[in-house]
Amino acid sequence: MAPIPFDSSQVMQGISCIAPEAILVCTAIAVLMADLFMPEDGKASLPWISLAGVLAALGSVYALGSGRIVGFSGMIASDGFGMFFSVVVLSACALVLLMSTGWSERAGTQKGEFYSLILMSTTGMLIMAKGTDLMTIFLGLETLSIPIYVLVGFQRNRMTAIEGALKYFLLGAFGAAFMLYGMALIYAATGTTKIAVLVYMSVGGGMTGSPLFIAGIGLLLVGFAFKVSLAPFHMWTPDAYEGAPTLITAFMSAAVKAAAFAAFIRVALLLFPGVSAAVGPVLWVLAVLTMTVGNFSALGQNNVKRILAYSSIAHAGYILVGLVAGDLLGGQAALFYLLVYAFMNIGAFGVLMLISQKEDDGYDIHNLKGIGFKYPVLGALLTLFLVSLAGIPPTGGFIGKFYLFSAAVKNGYIWLAILGVLNSAASIYYYLRIVVYMYFMTPEGEVVTPHTPPMGYALALCACAAVVLVLGMIPSAVLTMAEQSVLSLLM
Amino acid sequence: MTASPNLMSNLLTILIFLPLAGAFALFFLPKENGRAIKHFTLLVTLVEFLLSIPVLTNFDGATAAMQFTQKFAWIPQFGISYNVGVDGISLWLLMLTTFIMPIAVLSTYAAIEKHVKEFMIFMLLLEVGMVGVFLAIDLFLFYIFWELVLIPMYFLIGVWGGERRIYAAVKFFIYTFLGSVLMLVAILALYFYNYKVTGVYTTELSALYNLNIPVKMQFWMFLAFGLAFAFKVPMFPFHTWLPDAHVEAPTAGSVILAAVLLKMGTYGFLRLAMPLFPVATFDLMPFVTALAVIGIIYGALVAMVQKDIKKLVAYSSVSHLGFVMLGLFALNIEGIEGGILQMINHGISTGALFLGVGIIYERSHTRQIADFGGIAKIVPLFTLIFMIVTFSSIGLPGMNGFVGEFLIMLGAFKTSQTATVFAASGVILAAVYMLWMAQRVLFGKLTNAHKLHLTDMNLREIAYMAPLVLFIFWIGIYPQPFLRKMDASVNAFVVQIHAKRQAAIAATPAGETLLARYFDVRK
Repeated sequence: MAPIPFDSSQVMQGISCIAPEAILVCTAIAVLMADLFMPEDGKASLPWISLAGVLAALGSVYALGSGRIVGFSGMIASDGFGMFFSVVVLSACALVLLMSTGWSERAGTQKGEFYSLILMSTTGMLIMAKGTDLMTIFLGLETLSIPIYVLVGFQRNRMTAIEGALKYFLLGAFGAAFMLYGMALIYAATGTTKIAVLVYMSVGGGMTGSPLFIAGIGLLLVGFAFKVSLAPFHMWTPDAYEGAPTLITAFMSAAVKAAAFAAFIRVALLLFPGVSAAVGPVLWVLAVLTMTVGNFSALGQNNVKRILAYSSIAHAGYILVGLVAGDLLGGQAALFYLLVYAFMNIGAFGVLMLISQKEDDGYDIHNLKGIGFKYPVLGALLTLFLVSLAGIPPTGGFIGKFYLFSAAVKNGYIWLAILGVLNSAASIYYYLRIVVYMYFMTPEGEVVTPHTPPMGYALALCACAAVVLVLGMIPSAVLTMAEQSVLSLLM
Repeated sequence: MTASPNLMSNLLTILIFLPLAGAFALFFLPKENGRAIKHFTLLVTLVEFLLSIPVLTNFDGATAAMQFTQKFAWIPQFGISYNVGVDGISLWLLMLTTFIMPIAVLSTYAAIEKHVKEFMIFMLLLEVGMVGVFLAIDLFLFYIFWELVLIPMYFLIGVWGGERRIYAAVKFFIYTFLGSVLMLVAILALYFYNYKVTGVYTTELSALYNLNIPVKMQFWMFLAFGLAFAFKVPMFPFHTWLPDAHVEAPTAGSVILAAVLLKMGTYGFLRLAMPLFPVATFDLMPFVTALAVIGIIYGALVAMVQKDIKKLVAYSSVSHLGFVMLGLFALNIEGIEGGILQMINHGISTGALFLGVGIIYERSHTRQIADFGGIAKIVPLFTLIFMIVTFSSIGLPGMNGFVGEFLIMLGAFKTSQTATVFAASGVILAAVYMLWMAQRVLFGKLTNAHKLHLTDMNLREIAYMAPLVLFIFWIGIYPQPFLRKMDASVNAFVVQIHAKRQAAIAATPAGETLLARYFDVRK
C-alpha cells in the first residue's frame, strides 16, 4: 500500500470541518479543569461555561455554513444535512444546560463531570450526524452513548437510576454490536464502508443479489432501531427514561434521538432505495408496530416520565413513517419533526421538572392536580407542549405530523397514514389525561408548590413555547431549510 | 353604512382574529375582577357581531361567488394559503355564530363564578375557530380551524361542567378527533391527486371543486370526510357523545355546542363532502337519508323517555339534525335551503331551550322533570318564553321551525317519499316529547315550590332571550330575506352537483351497480 501523501490544505479542511466538535471537546475539558480548581459555591457557573462552549460551537456551525466541506478523506462532511442536525442537537443541548441552572443544585448534579459528559455526548452526536462513512457513524454513536450510560445512572443512590442505566448499557451494547456486525458484513460484501461508494454500488438494485449486503443492511437497521427505540427494540426506553435524572431524560429524548435519526436518515435515504424490496416492508411494519406499542403502552401509565417515555417511542414511529416514504418530502418531514420534537419534549420535561419535588414519586400524575389554575403559566405551557405532542393545530407538532403523513400518502402508503392518524387519535387520551389532572381535578390536599425557575430556565421554556407556536403558524422557512438539507444529502 | 374599501377587504380577517385579540387581552386582565372580565368579553363579542353586520348588508345575494375574499400565501412551497371568503351558504352560519356569542356570554353572568378569566378566554378562542371554519375557503385552513374548536370546548366541559364532566369532555374530544383524523388522510390523498392531475400543489377549494375525481376514489374520500362530519353533526349512530357532552357542559357551552358546533358538521357536508365528491354523494344518498330518518325517529323516541330536561333537549338535537341532513341530501334547492335555514332555526330554538333550562337550573339546581310541576304560577314570564321556544322547536306554523321543516319535507318528497313519510312522523313525535315535557314542568299542580327557589326572569335574562324570540317569529313569518341571500349560491351548488353527476352517468356503462362501481364486484 502506497503511503498516503500528506496534504496540509486537506488536513486544514478536515480540521475546519470538525471545528464545532473540537470546540465542544475543549469546553468539556475546560469544564472538568474548572471544576477541579473551583470552590464549592462557584459551581453554579459550570452550566454557563458549558453553555458558552455550546454557543461557540453553534456559531462555528453557522460559520461553516451549508456548503459541503469534506474532511479526512471522506470520513466526515459538513453539509446542509449535518448543519441542520448540528443546529437541532446544539439547541437541545443549550436548552438543557439553561434548565440545569434551576435544577442541578437540588438534583445533586452540580458537578463538573455532569456537564463534561453532556458536552462529550453532544460531540458524539455531531460526529454521528456528519459521518459519511459507516465507521465514523459508529465512532459517533459510541462517543455519544458511553457518556449517556453514565449520565442515566448519575444519581446512583436511586434504585431506578441503577436499573435504568444497567438496562440501557446492556441493550445499548447489544445494539452497537448488531450495528458493527452489520457494517462488517457490508464491508465484506463491498470492500468499503464509505456511504458514497456504497450508494454508487447499490443504486438501481446493484447489490440485491448479495445476501451479505442485505444481511448487513438488516443488522444495521437493527442497530439503529435500538438507538432510536423502535418496537420491538424499545424495551430499555421506559426504564432508562424513568431512571435517568429528568434533565437527562429530556436530553436523551430530544438530542440523542435526533442524532441517531440523523445517521439513520442518511443511511436510509441513501442506501435503502437500492434494497427497497427487502427493507421497505420491514420499515413499514416497524413503523406501525412502534407507533402502536408506544401509544398503547402509554395509556395505562401513571408516572408522567414513563408516559413521555412511551410517547417518545410512538414518536419514533411517526418519524419512521417519513423514512418509509423515503423520498425528499419524507426526509424533509422527518427533519422538521425532529426539530419540533426536540423543543416540545424538552419544554414538557422542563415544566415537569419545576413541578415535581423529587424523582420517582414526584412524577406521579396525581401530583399535577390543581396545578393548572393555581399556576396558570406553567399549566398553559405544559398544555401547549402536550397539545403539540398530540399533533393538534396550531402547533408545530401538527405541521410535523401533517407532513409526515402527507409523505406517506404521496408515496401511496395510504394504510400507513391511516394507521398513523388512528394512533395519533389514541394518543390524545394520555396527553389529555395529564391536562385532565392539571385542570379538571380538584386536589385532595395542598397543591404542590413548583420551584421558581431562574432567568435562564424561564428563557429556555419561553424559547421552547415560541418555537412550537411559530413552527405551527409560519413553518415555511424551516420547511425550506429542511428541504435544502435533504437535497444536500441526495445530490 | 359607508365603510372604507380597506375595511371591507379586511373584514373577514378582522372577524376571525378579533376574538383572538380579545382572548389575548383578557390574559393580561387581573383575574380577581370577574365582573369586568365578563363585561369585557361581552363587549368583544358585541363588537364582533356589529362588525359582522356589514358583511350581511353588503352581501350581494345575486351572485354565487365568494365575497369579501382575502388571500395570502401561507406555506407557498405546498400551495397552502390563508384564504377566506363568504357565500350564501356560509353567510347565515357566520351571522348565527356572531349573534349567539354575546347571548352565550350574557348567560354566564350568574352561572360562572370560578375561573371566570379562563372561561372567557376559552369562549373567545372558540369563536375564533367557529368563525374561521365558516369563512375558510382553503382546505388546510379549514382543517386548522376545525381542530381549533376542540380544545376550548374540551376545557369548557371539563372544568365548568357537571358531575361526569371529565368523562364527557374526554369522550367529546376523542370521538370528534377520531372522525377528523381520517378526514386528514383524505385531504392529503385529494391534495396529491390534484397534483397528479394538474401538476399544481394547492389546497384552494375553488380549484379542487373542478377536479373530476375517479368514482372509486370519491367513494372512499366521501366516507372519510363524511365520518368526520357525521361525528360532528352528529348522525345516528355516531351521536353517543352528544348527550353526555350536552348534559355535562355548562349552559353557555351547551348553547354554543348546539347552536354552532353541530352546524360545523352539516356545513362540512355542504361545503366539502358533497361538492368535492358529487358522484359518491348521489350514490350514497339513500344511505345517508336512511341514517337521517333513523336519527329523526330514534332521537325523538329517546328524548321522549328522558327524565332530565337537558338530556331531552340533547336528544331532540339528534332528531333535528336528522332533519337538516335529510334536507341537504335531498339535493335540490328546496331541501338544501330548508336544511340551511333549519341549521339556523335549530341554533336559535335549541340555543334558547338550553338557555331556558339553564335559567331554572341556576335557581333550583335540578334538571329532573319530576322535580318540577306547575311552576307557571310562580314564573309566568319564563313560562311564556319557554312555551314560545318549545313551539318553535316543534315547528308550529308562524314560527321559524315550521318554515325550515316544511322546505325540507318539500325537497325530500321529490327524492324519496318513503323517507319523507317517516320523517314527518318525527314532527309528531317532537310535539309529543316537547309538549309532554312542558306540561310536566310548567303546568299541573305546583308541587315543590319551596324547594325550587324559583323567581321569574330578570332583566339580563330577558335581554338575551328577547333577540332569540324576535328571530323565532321573524323567520317564521317572513323568511324571504333569509332565503334570498342564499338563493344564488344554493342554486349554483345544485346545478353543479347535478351536472357532475350527469357527466359521471354518461361515462359509466348502463346498468352498473354500486358494488360494481366501487368494489369491482361483477356478475
